[in-house]
Amino acid sequence: MFTPHTIHDVEVMLKSIGVEKIEDLFQEIPEQFRYPDLSLAPRLTEMEAVAELENIASANGTTKEFLSFLGAGAYDHYIPAAVDNLLQRGEFYTAYTPYQPEISQGTLQAIFEFQSLICRLTGMDVSNASHYDGATAAAEAVILATGHFRNKRKKVLLSRALNPQYRQTIRTYMQTDGSLQILGDDAETGIDIKNLIAQIDNNTALVMVQYPDFFGRIIDYKELVETAHANGALVAMAVNPTALGLLTPPGDLGADIALGEGQPLGIPLSFGGPYLGFFAVKDALLRKIAGRLVGQTVDAEGKLAYVLTLTAREQHIRREKASSNICSNQGLMTLAATIYLSVLGKHGFRQVSNLCYQKAHYAAEQISSIHGFEVMFPETPFFHEFVIRSEQPVDELLEHLLDHDIFGGYKLENDYPELQNCLMLAVTEKISREDIDYLCNILGEVDHD
Amino acid sequence: MTEPTIFDLSVPGRKGVTFPEPDVPEFALPEGFLREDLPIPEMSEMDAVRHFTSISQKNYAIDLGFYPLGSCTMKYNPKVNEVTSRLPGFASVHPLQPIESVQGSLYLMYELQNMLAEIAGFAGVTLMPAAGAQGELTGTLIIKKYHTDRGDHQRTRMLIPDSAHGTNPASSAMLGLDIVPLPSDERGNVDLVALRELCDDRLAGLMLTNPNTLGLFDENVAEVIKIVHEAGGLVYGDGANMNALLGVFRPGDVGIDVLHFNLHKTFSTPHGGGGPGSGPVAVREHLVPFLPDPVVGIIQEGDEDQAPLYGFIRPEKSIGRIKTFYGHFGVLVRAFTYISMLGQEGLRDAAEKAVLNANYLQEKLKGTYTLPYDRICMHEFVLEGRWSDVPDIHALDIAKRLMDYKFHPPTNYFPLIVPEALMIEPTETENKETLDRFVDAMLKIAEEARTNPQLLKDAPHNTPIRRADELKAARELMLCCSIDLE
Repeated sequence: MFTPHTIHDVEVMLKSIGVEKIEDLFQEIPEQFRYPDLSLAPRLTEMEAVAELENIASANGTTKEFLSFLGAGAYDHYIPAAVDNLLQRGEFYTAYTPYQPEISQGTLQAIFEFQSLICRLTGMDVSNASHYDGATAAAEAVILATGHFRNKRKKVLLSRALNPQYRQTIRTYMQTDGSLQILGDDAETGIDIKNLIAQIDNNTALVMVQYPDFFGRIIDYKELVETAHANGALVAMAVNPTALGLLTPPGDLGADIALGEGQPLGIPLSFGGPYLGFFAVKDALLRKIAGRLVGQTVDAEGKLAYVLTLTAREQHIRREKASSNICSNQGLMTLAATIYLSVLGKHGFRQVSNLCYQKAHYAAEQISSIHGFEVMFPETPFFHEFVIRSEQPVDELLEHLLDHDIFGGYKLENDYPELQNCLMLAVTEKISREDIDYLCNILGEVDHD
Repeated sequence: MTEPTIFDLSVPGRKGVTFPEPDVPEFALPEGFLREDLPIPEMSEMDAVRHFTSISQKNYAIDLGFYPLGSCTMKYNPKVNEVTSRLPGFASVHPLQPIESVQGSLYLMYELQNMLAEIAGFAGVTLMPAAGAQGELTGTLIIKKYHTDRGDHQRTRMLIPDSAHGTNPASSAMLGLDIVPLPSDERGNVDLVALRELCDDRLAGLMLTNPNTLGLFDENVAEVIKIVHEAGGLVYGDGANMNALLGVFRPGDVGIDVLHFNLHKTFSTPHGGGGPGSGPVAVREHLVPFLPDPVVGIIQEGDEDQAPLYGFIRPEKSIGRIKTFYGHFGVLVRAFTYISMLGQEGLRDAAEKAVLNANYLQEKLKGTYTLPYDRICMHEFVLEGRWSDVPDIHALDIAKRLMDYKFHPPTNYFPLIVPEALMIEPTETENKETLDRFVDAMLKIAEEARTNPQLLKDAPHNTPIRRADELKAARELMLCCSIDLE
């Protein structure tokens, strides 16, 4: 399959090499291990493979068939047709990493535009060409911060309201550094930012918070940033890019590092990946940033050109002294985000951001008026995600909603035992008022006795 | 012509894709948290489409021509992969849906775990790593945790052959392991004498790329593994070069303990201009408990009437979570499609034709270019891009001149152990005519190096840009568009 060789081609080529048969090319492989019998299903033609994959896919329920209020790190936004259509250009998706700038200007310019868009959205000075996803971008922020202080500061503070998967990933990445303490996200500290601020000291390398936080809340981080900076610590903010259509960018709030999950920018849910980690810093940290960077320059004739730059930091040159082992980026996903933001533009992107905000607030207001439900953190502003508490166990609630073709949201007890009976809902521009009213009708049927 | 950026194209007030007006009552925005401006471009949808179409045409790509980039396995990316991975049943599924509603995705992942374990001879597989480098990080974390779990805290040394990919030492260093370089012998194999000397109770493991980055199968692989195992170390296999071995040899059979795959190399998923990749990791039985959290398993056995229920399982001694959710699922669908279409027969055919193509090119070029290790190669080989009679000509010049002949250059200056290296990997999907045209170009360039060396020094001549000033890029850093909107 996909090999073009005729019998005649093979004969001519073998003769040219000077061997009799193809097996002669594998003589260096120990004989007892050669040509194992593999237990794989018989091969399929394209037509059969498509039928098989359609059959497997049909066993899934989708956000097209179900009304979905799931968020918690991945969001169901509308993706304009132009995004995927352009992504399917072979010139983009069948190219390698742009190591040869003369024949990679398309990819390079797109990354340069991506970096520029991320800088403008976040209010930061420098963006890299991306990390794998929000969680690995968060881990890279911790690596950057500990390296920045040459491992002399031994404490990293994570907000308990930072995405639990980000916190887990950070701990996996840092588990071999026995002297580093990762604190601040325990149940005792809780999700009140005051208790986190109290733990900042001059041994703290980094404080990481989320904006809006994992529960969708818009928290005022002014005091936290001031305290961190007064102690010489860096501040990283994990941000939802959709919210930045409306909200003050992290750069203006004093963040030293802004990172996040770029999936909301035109990337399909696709059961969790591939997504896009974005990562931006202030100028002072420019030389500490990991991953690829594209810079503008000129060619031999003085014409504007783009190249990968500052590559001396990277693994293929520095090997064990590299600032990170990262090799690939999320090339095609950065392109998706760049096209998404370009076709929406300032107006369309602001519309999406505002629609999410408005609809989520309508949903919260409606749900709070249903008997047996309360909206948590009522005094704190939120963006497009919020938490409700029910008198019923969440599992029963979710099952009831599922019976009515609704994915009700994310059960917070999974990660926050203190938030018993709490469900988190996300609302995007795709949800209509009718959908929200339907959800409320179904919730109203729940028996709280 | 220089293509303007999206910021150059922006005109205040111009709109692209628009959305409906709110169908809910208006709620006040949170005062004190609102941004003043949103400096992103404003353009029509068609302007954006033309812009991205136009810049796409400045790329070289597999769909345009031969891409013999060593160690990258730039094989054909079947179009059907782009159809299956976009099926709504896969693309429109949220990762946190109830497991009953994602049985299709979980079945596919479970089956792919089994397929990869079967193809490479292992007991367990994680599909979570986002790329090869993250696979390496995962694999080395597993090795480290295995030793600490046994109380072997002193095992901190990782042996890495001098021919290894740069990610190998970088991944190990990230985990605080001590990197110990291991030399190659005169046939390009691991130097057994040096290896024996370095094996003691401080040994954590050895990272082995086989075939190595010279494209050579290590003739002593069984012996190398035996020495490492006897010293209590584990062997990590860099599976970047699995394309040579599909259906021919299983690294697990010979005792490799951990191996990462690059689905974007071996299993035909597109490189996407630098990602997304996917780097599943396979392990032997004793390392299964250490795999990242979660893996996909059967949580309720099926029977005659009922399919089994698939779900997520946390391995007992797991190293933990390495990214959000479960892996690059969209890439996994593509690899699953590919393996389903090849089966055992097709996988072996792919490896055989990849090796045939590489040996054919090696044979045709080795008289004109120095071949430092003159052996039967696997799926790739390394030449020297230099000649003693024209000392000013470097591998870089040859690489750039190839662009004028409409070929993507080979990998150059890697592996580091060959001076002026040109690393050539044709892959199995290229036909003989293409290989012959490439040979003609390479021979012509060798001739030009003598008759008109300036032609090479100034190359490329027919590309969207000429040689780029990389020094200027690094000195006068311009990493972000400076145009002010409005």
